[in-house]
Order: sequence, then structure tokens, then C-alpha cells
Amino acid sequence: MTATSAPRPPALEISGLQKSFGKAQIIRGVDLSIGAGERHAIIGPNGAGKSTLFNLITGRFPPSAGAVRLHGQEINGRAPFQINRMGLSRSFQITNIFPRMTVFENVRCSLLWSQGYRYSFWNMVNRSRDLTAGADEILEQINLTARRDLPAGVLSYAEQRALEIGITIAGGANVIMLDEPTAGMSHSETDYIVDLIRKVTENKTLIMVEHDMGVVFGLADRISVLVYGEIIATGHPEEVRSNPKVQEAYLGAALEAEH
Amino acid sequence: MTTQSLTRPPLVTLSGALPWVIATLFLLAMPQIFTSNSALTIMNQMAITIVFALAYNMLLGQGGMLSFGHAVYMGMGGFMCVHVMNYVEDYSLPIPLPVLPVFGGLFGMGVALIVGSFSTRKAGTVFAMISLGVGELIAACSVIVVAFFGGEEGVSGDRTYGLPVFGTEFLHQIEIYYLTVFWLVLSALLMYLFSRTPIGRMANAVRDNPERAEFLGYSARWVRFYSFVASGFFAGIAGGLFAINYEILTEENLNLATSGSILLVTFLGGVGFFFGPIIGAIVFTLLQTVLSLQTEIWQLYLGILFLATVMYFPGGLAGVLMMHALPIRLGKAGLLVVPYLRTLLPAALCILGLAGALEILFHIRHAALGDSEMTLFWVTFDSHAPLPLIAAIVAVAVGFWLARRSAPELAEAWHKANTPDGGAA
Repeated sequence: MTATSAPRPPALEISGLQKSFGKAQIIRGVDLSIGAGERHAIIGPNGAGKSTLFNLITGRFPPSAGAVRLHGQEINGRAPFQINRMGLSRSFQITNIFPRMTVFENVRCSLLWSQGYRYSFWNMVNRSRDLTAGADEILEQINLTARRDLPAGVLSYAEQRALEIGITIAGGANVIMLDEPTAGMSHSETDYIVDLIRKVTENKTLIMVEHDMGVVFGLADRISVLVYGEIIATGHPEEVRSNPKVQEAYLGAALEAEH
Repeated sequence: MTTQSLTRPPLVTLSGALPWVIATLFLLAMPQIFTSNSALTIMNQMAITIVFALAYNMLLGQGGMLSFGHAVYMGMGGFMCVHVMNYVEDYSLPIPLPVLPVFGGLFGMGVALIVGSFSTRKAGTVFAMISLGVGELIAACSVIVVAFFGGEEGVSGDRTYGLPVFGTEFLHQIEIYYLTVFWLVLSALLMYLFSRTPIGRMANAVRDNPERAEFLGYSARWVRFYSFVASGFFAGIAGGLFAINYEILTEENLNLATSGSILLVTFLGGVGFFFGPIIGAIVFTLLQTVLSLQTEIWQLYLGILFLATVMYFPGGLAGVLMMHALPIRLGKAGLLVVPYLRTLLPAALCILGLAGALEILFHIRHAALGDSEMTLFWVTFDSHAPLPLIAAIVAVAVGFWLARRSAPELAEAWHKANTPDGGAA
């Protein structure tokens, strides 16, 4: 492995990443380095390739070229479950839960692998205190304790989004990727989810795609702007805000409205 | 990795064990109620079908895998057991009969291990098509590999050569019944416990959302594979029980028709609940044995029942039963009794009338020439006369009209029974 004298590798390092679907090149050479504990937002206009970038990092699609490293270890080409076991977890833009299982079971399922149960057929899940207590603790964090025994499919949209985040963080991954966590939410719901994200990702690396600029500037330590499959700027919120290229390509209208 | 805690939930709770204890006592008492040999045969057949259907539901209900070829694993297990039975006879092996199903289970599991290694890569259509192909392949093999499958006449054995257990040599049907019940209870319990394990829970998760399961660290393919192998094991146990009961296995035990009927049994009972396939197996076996003695067109009724289930009660019979859990919990089930009687009695009249008309028409078309006398609902009449047919049609019309008239009342009562007092309007 790496020598002990070497500096700690970044939580996530992307170099020369490319992805084409047929002739269409969606990601055209992305380089990005995200440090451990950083809260990083990826923004950009619709169709810029943000979700594709997420899917490449998390193993949903294999990249056409380039490399992704998680804590210094190359992960591109690995299956999602392998990447997840290495400590990276993601949520989805479209709510992606287990609708027929109870809220509690949704969370418990996401704890199983990380608690070492693997493909065990000799343990009874309801006999493990760690599992039950762990799942209840997560439910407490995402304020769904009152909904514990309902089928997840009957929850309100905002509650399902909270559950989605709960499932994502439950496994104890230290790199959390959230794909538009506040999409389709009202103002008060957005505030609630932002507080929740802040709380549950403490001391973790957070990477998120987000359209709501209030959320982005309120939450992110650094921001990357993705336009047509390329990152045109990366930096602290103020740098990005004042970057003329960014203003021209994308942010102008939104920023003027804010000032 | 974690230390055992004092407050760990107990392995056995009263409410958890009670249904199993009652079911076991019930099974043990059954031969006292139904003493005839034919009743024992039917109950054995039921028990075998229950084990097979529960094994099948590990795939369909728990794992979301639709198999069109699951008879393969039961059949292979059964064939293996008959061979073991014959080895016991030929070489005087000291193997008692009751352990024989283990060989069936292990062999079924072995076959599932091989087939599952490539069939569980994908769920859905791909899995279904592979299961169909493998089913066809093995059925074709049964006439080619004569050494194992015995060609067209199959393989037969004699169960009485095993090592005597507590002095019994399994000459009597009743001894076979208790042997079968032992394996039924054990297999059902193990399959139930499997559904409570991490892999059992993840089978549900993969069924509902395989992609999300992958992002939780689980390979959907491995989860499916483990369920498939476990299901193959219990199907093999069912095959072993079949071998012990009938002492013969033929191509019929692993062909597509048998695979299709277990799908029907399981769906009829309801895939959404653990006990669904049990109900399905009981109802199916009763139709198959009792109804088939009454009428030649019993399969037509079975088909109609299956269609009605798929179209109107996709939760199966278990789903219909469980629909009443809420009214019972609210203490309002009593509200339903009168509306049910008012709707279901005319509906029954309508259905019986329809069955009567079908039977009369079938008799006219298929009875021997000159034989126009038939007996239906304990009445003997001339099937070619117009009056019985008219009576049947009138029964259909009146029953239908009455049932329709009281249907709104039932719907209203249903709504009331499902609404808590003082709850949201």
C-alpha cells in the first residue's frame, strides 16, 4: 500500500474521466480531487452530465477512460456493491427505497453488510440487538421514529427523501454522495433536509449534486461547476461566485437575483 | 463480533411458537378424524405439495424470481431417493427410511447449485426463460439418460427394506403419514426461519429493488443464488417425500406441466404471505382429488379459479384472508357478516348454476350415445331435456341479479368496517 510518510490521499480523486454513449460524449475528461471531510457540491445546467458523473463514480456505469480513486484505491470498473463495501454510499435523484418493506426494515437492510452479517443464513435478524438499536438510532436521526412500522411506500415525499438519506448513511460509509437531495421540495422541507444532511454527514466527506443555489452556498465548502461534461471551475463558494466564466456559462441570472 | 447481551430477544416467544404448535398438534390429530386410507393418501399428497409450494415461494414470493421449471429440483431429488432406496435394498445399507429425504434435498440442492450459477445472474424474463429451457432439457433427458430416469416407465423402489425405526418398517400408510408430517413441519419451520435471516431479508430487498440493494453492499446475483439453492434443497426434500409415498418417479414428476401446476398452487394461495402456499396446496389438492372424482371437467374450474385469482385477488387466498385483519383488529368484523351472506349466497347460486349448465352441456356432447341420464347435485335427470338447462340458466340469472343488488351494501359495510371510530373521515 502507500508509504506511511506519504500524505493522506484525498477521499475521492478523479482523473481524466470520460464517458461516451455511442457517439455522444457526455463526460469529456473530468479531473477532481475531494479531500477527506470536505463538503463538495457539483452544480451545472441541465444535461451537463452531473448524474452521469455520479453514476461513473459509484459503479453504475463503467467509464470509457480515466480513473476514480477512493482513498487512493482505484475503483473504476468495480461493481456498485464492491464500491459500497469500500466505504462509498449514494442516494438517488428519484427516490429509490424498498417500498413494500417497513421503514425500519429499509434501514435495517442497509446496516446488514456493514455489521458483518454478509450472506448469513444462521442469524435471525430480529435477535440482534445491534441491528435493532442501530436502525432505531438512524430512524431517530432522520426523525422517522413515528413511522417505523409503516410500509415505506406510503410515506410522504419529503419523508421518503429523508428515508433515502437514512438508507444512504446507515451503512457507515465515510464518503456520502447525494443526488439532488432537495429536488421537488417546498421551502420548509428543504430547510429541514439541509439541517438533516448537515447533521448526518458530520466528519464525513459529502459530495452532492444540487440545483438549489441556497442549499449549495449554505452547505458546501467547495463547489465544482460542470458544463457540457467538463469542469470549468472549482473553488470556494466566493471564488466560484465571482468567476466570470461561471457567471457567463451558468450562474449569472441566479446570482443577480440573489444580490 | 459482538458480545451476547442479556437483553437479547429470546429465540422462542409464545406468540411466535403458538401457530407452529397448534399446526403440529392439528396435523398429528388429523388421522383420528379422517381415518380412511384414501384420506391419508390425500393428506400425504397435501403435505408434499405444501413443502414443494413453500420451496417454490422462496423464489417467487420472497425472491421475486418466476420459475417455469421448478419441478426439476423436486423430481431430481425424488429420483435420487428412489435410487438410494434401491441401493438400500440391493446392498442392505443401514439407512433408515426417515432420513431418505435428506438425500433428495442434497441432490436437489446440487442441481440448483449448477443451474443457479448461471440462471440467477438476472431476474425477470431472463431467469424465467432459463428456467423454462432447463425444465425442457431435463424432461428431454429423462427419456435419454435411462440409467438415472428409467425411460418411460420411470424408476420404482420398495421403501420397506430400510433399517427399521422403533420397530416400524413403514408397511402402513399411517406410518408414512407421520414421517411426512415430521418432514413437513421441519421444512416449513426451516424455510420460515430462513426468511428471518440476513440473506432472507435481503432476498426481499433484491425482489423489491435490486439496484438499491447493490448500493447497500449486496450483490443481487449472490442473494438470488443463495435463495435459489435453498429453494432447490427444500424442493428436493419434497421429491424425497414423494418417492417414499409413491415408490415410483417418472418423467411426469419433472416436466413442465408439474412446474406449471406448482406456480398455480403458489399463486392461488398467495405469494405475499409465508402461509399462502400452504393454503394453495390444501385447496389445490382437494380440488385435484375430491373434485376430480365428482366431475371430469374439474381442470376447467381450476383454470377459472386461477384466472379469477389473478384478475381480482392478486394476493391470492391468503391475501383475501389478511384483508380482514384490519376489521378484526378494529372489532368490526361483525358488520360484514350479514352483507357477506346477502352477496355471497346468491353468488354461490350463480356459480353453481353456471357449473350445472356446463356439466349438462358437457354431458350432452361427451356422454356415450343413448346415455342421456345424468346425476347432478344429487338429482338424476335427462340431460337432453330442456328443463334442467333452463333451471340452471335461471339460477345463474337470479343469483347474479341478487348478488349485484346487494354488492353496494357490502362495499359500504366494508368501508365502515375498515374505518376506525372517530378516525379521519
